[in-house]
Amino acid sequence: MRFSIGLGKDGVEERLEQNGVSRRDFLKFCSAVAVAMGLAPSMAPSVAKALTQGKRPVVVYLHNAECTGCSEALLRTYQPFLDAILFDTISLEYHETIMQASGEMAEKSLEEAINHPDGFICLVEGAIPTADDGTFGTIAGHTMYDNCKKILPKAKAVVAIGTCAAYGGVQAADPNPTGAKGINECFEELGVKAINIAGCPPNPLNMVGALVALLQGKDVELDDNGRPLMFFGETVHDQCERLPHFEAGEFAPSFDSEEAKKGWCLYELGCKGPSTYNNCPKVLFNEVGWPVKGGHPCIGCSEPNFWDDLSPFYES
Amino acid sequence: MSQVTPKSNYSGPVVVDPLTRIEGHLRIEVEVKDGVVSEARSCGTLFRGLENILVGRDPRDAQHFTQRTCGVCTYTHALASTRALEDAMGIELPANATHIRNIMLGMLFAHDHIVHFYHLHALDFVDAAAAVNADVKKTAELAKSISKKPTSEKELQEVKEKVAKLVESGQLGPFSNAYFLGGHPSYYLTPEQNLLAVAHYLEALKIQVKVARAMAIFGSKNPHPQTLIAGGVTCYNSLEKEPLKQFEELYNETLTFIENTLIPDVLLVGGAYKDWTKIGGGAVNYLSFGEFPAPGKERDLNSRWFKPGLVKNRDLSKVYDVDFSKIDEHVRHSWYEGETARHPYEGETKPKFTKIGDTDRYSWLKAPRYDGMVIETGPLASMVVAYAQGHKETKEVIDFVLNALGLQASDLFSTLGRTAARAAECLIITRQVKVWFEELKKNIAKGDTKICVNADVPESGKGVGVVNAPRGGLSHWIVIEDSKIKNFQLVVPSTWNLGPRDAKGNMSAVEESLIGTPIADPKRPVEILRTVHSFDPCMACSVHVIDNETNTSRDFRIL
Repeated sequence: MRFSIGLGKDGVEERLEQNGVSRRDFLKFCSAVAVAMGLAPSMAPSVAKALTQGKRPVVVYLHNAECTGCSEALLRTYQPFLDAILFDTISLEYHETIMQASGEMAEKSLEEAINHPDGFICLVEGAIPTADDGTFGTIAGHTMYDNCKKILPKAKAVVAIGTCAAYGGVQAADPNPTGAKGINECFEELGVKAINIAGCPPNPLNMVGALVALLQGKDVELDDNGRPLMFFGETVHDQCERLPHFEAGEFAPSFDSEEAKKGWCLYELGCKGPSTYNNCPKVLFNEVGWPVKGGHPCIGCSEPNFWDDLSPFYES
Repeated sequence: MSQVTPKSNYSGPVVVDPLTRIEGHLRIEVEVKDGVVSEARSCGTLFRGLENILVGRDPRDAQHFTQRTCGVCTYTHALASTRALEDAMGIELPANATHIRNIMLGMLFAHDHIVHFYHLHALDFVDAAAAVNADVKKTAELAKSISKKPTSEKELQEVKEKVAKLVESGQLGPFSNAYFLGGHPSYYLTPEQNLLAVAHYLEALKIQVKVARAMAIFGSKNPHPQTLIAGGVTCYNSLEKEPLKQFEELYNETLTFIENTLIPDVLLVGGAYKDWTKIGGGAVNYLSFGEFPAPGKERDLNSRWFKPGLVKNRDLSKVYDVDFSKIDEHVRHSWYEGETARHPYEGETKPKFTKIGDTDRYSWLKAPRYDGMVIETGPLASMVVAYAQGHKETKEVIDFVLNALGLQASDLFSTLGRTAARAAECLIITRQVKVWFEELKKNIAKGDTKICVNADVPESGKGVGVVNAPRGGLSHWIVIEDSKIKNFQLVVPSTWNLGPRDAKGNMSAVEESLIGTPIADPKRPVEILRTVHSFDPCMACSVHVIDNETNTSRDFRIL
């Protein structure tokens, strides 16, 4: 349950102000989204415009084989008013983790949303189990595969939230007991082309940034793995604050070492920053950190099949 | 008991699928007779098979895989896996590592319990739409009467207008088709109580961001923090003055919110819904693993601030020791082949789905039992065990809550008791975080910045990692061979609480707790949500392969 601050009509900033959110704070947030999108902070007004336009498009958020970490990440957005912005911008008609209605009433909400005359945007969390006719995952008696097959082709846009929806994620790691697959792999032949906001979980600013781009009606330029280049265009390594140590050949030999204490490069401990495309060092999580800043190697969580291709995560 | 619980004269089945505002995928099927639940089935509808995926991998990688068991119980699985590996390594940790882990786990409890009450549970008691009928002045007076936190008429007026505009728009978002729309006899709060709760719901959305940020100062991110290693923690950056100061500010805000908002709100709801101290009791045995080890004593369960224990038959006069060899897992009513109960480490798992709606085999969850008994774990169990053990801080807070509501200790064994216990646990643990934080600061001031030791994966070995998570007792079990994972098992809180029947036909804790529940409107069965949500189900956690054909180790050390 989150409340729309003002039903998406004009004057959102004034209403935010009434809620103790100053225009300055709001633009500060928009600058952060702009930076996440690879834009100059001066693009903040354009982001603000996209977030406060008059119409509230219907959004449906589906859960499949997942851990709900992506929904949790969205909840942790780093300015307290982002929820308000989201609900002033979109009309979230179906999200199993927060909606009041259950059972038949929830199904009714879903039916109404996917048949809305103005169409809907679909956000998807979690992989699709395909083995044994999809029976490893069901909702309201339907397999997740059948649900998505019915809903996704109808959507105006589909965004795969997180590495599971994008590529299958942890349950798709070898030997993939449930035949879990990502959205595009499953439904491409039905014309579904999801934007992949990879990460385990993804940074919420990347989710919001993608939404802003969709609302702006922009063509989102994607890499070969379906990820927006504006978030995933550079490696973690190239943006890392410890890069100077890498270049100087200064490596931490173990976690309990003077070098580790001094914040030297974690490459020799297994860091996957050089093969991982994401903006963690630039955008940060929870406004305070990211794994390498916290002294732990990157595990490459925004790369397809990183659970198999980039593990083991530690070097001995 | 002034409040009479409304019921219908409906007889027939009620199915709730998807059961929303939980983690994961849950289906509840009940039979109702003359408006009262007479039969219940709890069905987990997703299977992922993570344990199979772990076999053959580097033991140090396990924590990253298992952490993805659940993004709501984030950290707890990583901690359990890390403790299991450390047990296999046989190592001791520096004091600061334990302090930092305790602080992180403590802040997770605070976050999890706040979000659960306001965002996953409150709408079972609060008719948000009815807030539009509230008298703002009276609401402000109500706020003043229950909390020292100042609440202005202006802010309440704004919340009221927000709700009014939302309802008028017809685009209700997460309230679309809400059970309370158009009124519902099972919602008892006054418009003023509803308005105040809605205002705090919104405030909690903001606070929870800060609680998670506090945890991320040590964890580098949240959900799925990434600073644990076997041997300690890696977050040297958090030992600096600035992050410590930031943590302290966020911590203070968190504690203030819990003391001045969460606790008064739970008492407000509790006071209005006292009939729910007679509904939803369920299982009569309560199991807690204890938590928060003494500095450096990660592997010593008896060093914990909360001690492990078992209370049987709701008898608070005796607490039994926990013996892990007494756990059996049943599959007789699950979607696996087999009839007989086995110890987790002798079990076998051959998935065999029948159909949705089958009343014989109906869940991907197994049914764990302790010494043959149906068990409840989680905040109520932790509080009951600690209370019975005479844990000082727990006794103080539980007695305060009981007195404030005019209840007896026996009233805890109910839906409302479960919800009140969770709030009490939230307060007790969050207060204690301060103690660990001060110890950490003292050590840093003395120049002790050691937060980890280097440790190698053994050629072979085995170990267990035990965590009392926000949803209850969690354990991970690892067997290592050729420096790889030979076997890995998770025994998870929600499996105890939300599993199906056992081979003897005994219902699980949640199933038993639903029996006897009055249903006022079978189309909008909020009473089912109320009791199921009081367990805070976490379904992704609870569906697990306990063993499989390729993974035949039986060689687990039993505690």
